[in-house]
Amino acid sequence: MPTLAPPGPAATRPRKKSGITPDSTLGLLAKIVLLGLVDAFAVYVSITLFLQEKWVILVFASAVTLLINWIYLRKGGLPAKYLAPGIFFLVIFQVFVMVYSGYVAFTNYGDGHNSTKADAVNAIQLSAQQRVLDSPAYRVSILERDGDFHLLATDPDGGVSVGATDAPLEDADAITDATGRAVELEGYRTLQFGEVLANQEDILAVTVPFSDDPEDGSLRTSDGSSAYVYRPSLSFDEATSTFTDLETGTTYTDTGEGSFQSADGEQLSTGWKVNVGFDNFTKAFSDQNIRDPLLQVVLWTFTFAIVSVLSTFALGLFLANAFNLPDLRGKRIYRILMILPYAFPAFLAGLVWSGLLNPEFGFVNTTFFGGADIPWLTDPLLAKVSVLVVNLWLGFPYMFLVCTGALQSLPEEVNEAARMDGASAWRTFTAIKLPLLLVSVAPLLIASFAFNFNNFNVIYMLTDGGPRFDNTTANIGHTDILITMVYEIAFGTGVGRDYGLASALSIIIFLIVAVVSAVSFRQTKALEDIN
Amino acid sequence: MKVRSTQPTRRLALITGAMSVAVLALTACGGGASEPSATSSTPAAGGLAEGGATTLTMWVDAERAPALEEITKSFKEDTGIEVKLAVKDFAAVRDDFITQVPTGKGPDLIVGPHDWLGTFVQNGVIAPVELGDKASEFQESTIQAMTYDGSVYGVPYALENIALLRNTDLVPEAAATFEEVIANGEAAVAAGDAVYPFLVGMDPKQGDPYHLYPLQTSMGVPVFGQNDDGSYNADELLLGEPNGVEFAKKLVEWGDTGSKVINSNITGDIAKEKFNAGESPYFLTGPWNVPDAQAAGLNLAVDELPTVGAEDAQPFIGVNGFFISSKSANALAANEFAVNYLSTEAAQDAMYDVGGRPPALNASFDKAASDPIVAAFGEIGANGVPMPALPEMQAVWADWGATELALIKGSDDPTGAWTTMVGNIEAKIAGQ
Repeated sequence: MPTLAPPGPAATRPRKKSGITPDSTLGLLAKIVLLGLVDAFAVYVSITLFLQEKWVILVFASAVTLLINWIYLRKGGLPAKYLAPGIFFLVIFQVFVMVYSGYVAFTNYGDGHNSTKADAVNAIQLSAQQRVLDSPAYRVSILERDGDFHLLATDPDGGVSVGATDAPLEDADAITDATGRAVELEGYRTLQFGEVLANQEDILAVTVPFSDDPEDGSLRTSDGSSAYVYRPSLSFDEATSTFTDLETGTTYTDTGEGSFQSADGEQLSTGWKVNVGFDNFTKAFSDQNIRDPLLQVVLWTFTFAIVSVLSTFALGLFLANAFNLPDLRGKRIYRILMILPYAFPAFLAGLVWSGLLNPEFGFVNTTFFGGADIPWLTDPLLAKVSVLVVNLWLGFPYMFLVCTGALQSLPEEVNEAARMDGASAWRTFTAIKLPLLLVSVAPLLIASFAFNFNNFNVIYMLTDGGPRFDNTTANIGHTDILITMVYEIAFGTGVGRDYGLASALSIIIFLIVAVVSAVSFRQTKALEDIN
Repeated sequence: MKVRSTQPTRRLALITGAMSVAVLALTACGGGASEPSATSSTPAAGGLAEGGATTLTMWVDAERAPALEEITKSFKEDTGIEVKLAVKDFAAVRDDFITQVPTGKGPDLIVGPHDWLGTFVQNGVIAPVELGDKASEFQESTIQAMTYDGSVYGVPYALENIALLRNTDLVPEAAATFEEVIANGEAAVAAGDAVYPFLVGMDPKQGDPYHLYPLQTSMGVPVFGQNDDGSYNADELLLGEPNGVEFAKKLVEWGDTGSKVINSNITGDIAKEKFNAGESPYFLTGPWNVPDAQAAGLNLAVDELPTVGAEDAQPFIGVNGFFISSKSANALAANEFAVNYLSTEAAQDAMYDVGGRPPALNASFDKAASDPIVAAFGEIGANGVPMPALPEMQAVWADWGATELALIKGSDDPTGAWTTMVGNIEAKIAGQ
């Protein structure tokens, strides 16, 4: 972020004098309005952050705001002015997400490790408050004296007592309302509901000892109108950071792994997020659930991605060629029909196709195969074929569009020259058109490979990875690719979701895709030599 | 260039001016929240009433939001607190809640089914709710479902469970055992009145252990053991009971390679379509499919769940309710709203009117039970067991469903398949 504005050569370039330049009045006005809006938003964000005491983000946001203002208010530095918005959004939507995933990969963030230790302690303490069995329900009024809050409690028999956190419950002689509930007591002021709300945090914290014996529990209210006797089942010692079970005497200590654990390994239900170093990465390579099926899954992932790219490209190219004939009528209508699957959301297509491929009731078997019982999605081999066919259906329109565009941009002279030399149509295509086409299309094929490598939707919605492997305890199957396997491992097995592990595995997948893409891009350089 | 040398200062002045206006406008919006109304009685009140809560936020799904408008209105009249109903996508709301509560930006309340409890508690995002004596006004099973680790965490408003729907034109008499159900169904098929003896929806990828559970429990094979207070014990996985294997054999017998009473190719949608078309006398399903069946003109009866073994056929019951965030800044107001308003007859009636599920409050249930279908579902639900809310349950579903599906598709070794499944699930639970 800080290196946004390289001193551009544009500053020294002579300026053009046409249209709305930065120097015209209109341009200046537009600049002021836009920058004003940005700054107004920034100020709003800063105030919110200030109120929430988020200092680091506040400093960062202010720095960014100042930087933006500096870029646009200073003279010159034109490239920076063009690049700043793009880089700003790139940082927020791409870089931040990647950095955050990287950070999560080194934590145990997931179900059971969701927030900070303070939150976990708070949640455990809340849950540990157990109402004393068969204790009566009290109706209460909230009283105030010298800034302290007291509970004025009426028990079901009409007895009235008063107390505060440091003053155990004692009998009182209060004024009651028509329903028999004590509402006023001499020397105290009764709070109205609005006041109760305004001070709810303090009032919820009021725990009136029932008697001098802590074993009897204490009176607390959660809604300001009724109170019950509670006795905590666990007590927290801040100094040693341990919970003690008041009934059994078991102590639960902070293990440093984000949870409270007793000596015999029993954990309290709520934990918190801690850094775990390379644990997630180690687990990715040592977990039996991942290691056993890994080879098969990796092979299938590459097969799926490569076959998908080739098949969609072949079909797309063929159709693009066919519908590029100069004398074909109704070309537009055909083309529109061709790209329809492209307009279909992939996850929806997956669901629809899984219905179409139902062995007994699906359209495919009943119509095309005369009611044959073909297990499209449950036979290991057929399931792979089905996934590839559905992905072909989804993916060819993109290739069709790309190839149509590329074909139309080829110079007509080359074509003519080839014809003059007496080349056949096939030879013209293979020797001239295709190489020229690949120059512009090859990078897109690599992008398509990277996309299909992580094509989660099709697999998840069509087969959910199934049919399942027999040799693993995890729910991983013959059509699982790496990304759906990660999803199963991190979210679908064991108890709850594990974002830390998921992030670590995603980073590993990213490395694989990055290496494959980088190598392929180097290869495509060779294609450019054709020109 | 020289001519404009004064411009930067002019621009700066303009911009600073614009900024200060914006700041003023924005701070005015932010700080102008209205005070609670009932604070005027004592002049000495002074600063006590300042900064009180004026709004609560509740996450609901689109379907339930309208039902809550009335009760939020009366809450506002009584207390001056507005309850904002934020409509959320049901599929994502649970995870959003878990991620947002720790940041302090989550809602004060959320509506959801009770089996989210385990994950919520594990993540420390909800606070217990003390219903006090009101607890006795609710059906016992709903309070039990809302109880986790000994504390009640939600105000229930509806329960749902499956039952056996019967097309009375095809089979006039109710049957008690699954064998009789199959016999009646096959008789109807033989007579040419029906095509399928019995229907239940199967997910083609995951099977459907939820719908098959009553058959399984009737053979004495629950998922988890229960403690004395009715809560589930994750350490006691009872799927491995000896009868589990018998149930596995039965699944093969009923499945694709056997009598095809349970057909793995019939999804929930297909089953509904066939039943509504009058092609089967029986449909094992929940109240959600009743309105469409009635609309299709079928004469329906809701039968007790059929038994296979000697035990009761217990369905899972799902209880919907309201939960309070553990980090609500308005915990007191949220409690007041949940405990004293959402538990009222009016609120529970309104939820019944949009949802059609038997209400959790006895008084509302008695009213709703004038509809024989609701009454019948409610009666069967009273015999059910809450769906386990334990986080460990997540480790059970996938293997359980996949294995049942494989058995229904046909297997030479049901014993092996079932024991492998039990082993896998035990490994997963132990692995955490």
